[in-house]
Amino acid sequence: MSTVTAPAAARSKRVDDAWRVLHGVLDPEVPAISVTDLGIVRDVIEHDDALEVVVTPTYSGCPATEVISQSISDAIVAAGLGPARVTQRRAPAWTTGWITPQGRERLRAYGIAPPGSCASEATGANVSPIRLMARNVDCPRCGSAQAERLSAFGSTACKSLYRCVACREPFEHFKPI
Amino acid sequence: MTTTFAPLPTTASASTSVASTTTESIAFKPTPVQSYLMRIGDTCLIHAQRLAEWSGHAPILEEDIALTNLALDLVGQARALLTHVGQQMGFGEDQLAFLRDERDFANFTIAELPGRRAGQDFANAIVRNFLLAAWMNVVWTKLEASSDAEIAAIAGKAVKESRYHVAHAADWVVRLGDGTDESAKRMRQAVDRLWPYTAELFETDAVDTAAAEAGLGPLRVSLKPEWDAIVAPVFAEAGLAIPAAGAFRSTGSRGVHSEHMGYLLAEMQTLQRSFPGGRW
Repeated sequence: MSTVTAPAAARSKRVDDAWRVLHGVLDPEVPAISVTDLGIVRDVIEHDDALEVVVTPTYSGCPATEVISQSISDAIVAAGLGPARVTQRRAPAWTTGWITPQGRERLRAYGIAPPGSCASEATGANVSPIRLMARNVDCPRCGSAQAERLSAFGSTACKSLYRCVACREPFEHFKPI
Repeated sequence: MTTTFAPLPTTASASTSVASTTTESIAFKPTPVQSYLMRIGDTCLIHAQRLAEWSGHAPILEEDIALTNLALDLVGQARALLTHVGQQMGFGEDQLAFLRDERDFANFTIAELPGRRAGQDFANAIVRNFLLAAWMNVVWTKLEASSDAEIAAIAGKAVKESRYHVAHAADWVVRLGDGTDESAKRMRQAVDRLWPYTAELFETDAVDTAAAEAGLGPLRVSLKPEWDAIVAPVFAEAGLAIPAAGAFRSTGSRGVHSEHMGYLLAEMQTLQRSFPGGRW
């Protein structure tokens, strides 16, 4: 059903080429990683009239969603694979667990601490909502685990702001969700 | 970006054929199930509008960023719900947000109470944010099991966001409630002011019953134990007493709003009302 998991042999060349193009479409707000590294492209489907790219939104209010859809459509068309249409699939909800290992490394190299496990976000009767101290985050520059949170929210909805106590550099952390 | 606003008339001349400068409100009669979803969507929207008033005015820059980030999530959640309801009713999300009259908004009254502009202090914003974030967290959790697949999908995303909202708001409740004498006093006053409005979050009426029977979502009254389980330990940690239940009931979810709602809508809707069909 899904070409994300379908064997490569089952895909048409056009779909394969589209995936290659998508690997080069960058997130407008974190231009270090591609939309496929981010894990938001869920499917590429070939229809008679168009190539459909199925994306899942990162945050409900992410203002980049529309720009991303446009960038994807433009890139597919520019590569001569169009016409393209971008559709949204909400379920299952996107999680930072879908960011690829390569995407995580690129975030780190860009100076953004990649998200840790989402398991710490699980709720339950025994999980206190009070977390005055933020979770442990390694500094993406020097690797020190000695970082302190400066702000729970950052320049975009998906990030928070930290400072490394060891090297004194401030950095952003991609929040697990 | 180009704007397509119609020009405002420069004179009051009756002979000019300038279009009316006020866009007419939309008229509709929602089904109980649509009302149910509008209550949640409108509460997200109006709460976001109040949070956004802190943009540029929060006590510290980090909180300025935080409150507007929360507002952004809430606007996204409101858009998803209003788009979904609007599709059933034949309206777009913008028509529902900007061209509805006050009586047709179904948010809980607590969301519309004055924010920064009325001279209320930060404690008020923090307490409301916590009480509403906790409610949203509980209701999104239940809506993940909605019989409406789109609502379940929206909830699946929103519930994750709401965990951050609850954690952030709870941090502040403890920090200020268990802070200085002055901050604790202001938090107590904020709790006393806002608590009576929480009763509306747990009432049950025909709209809830219809939604529950359709498997769309939970009865509000069923949310109380889990909401208490979030609120009580945070209040205890903050040294804040939970006020006794009173007889007062607010009625925003039935469209009967406080005197503050009209001013909020006048500001929120002014662009679409003044520039019919304005887009950018």
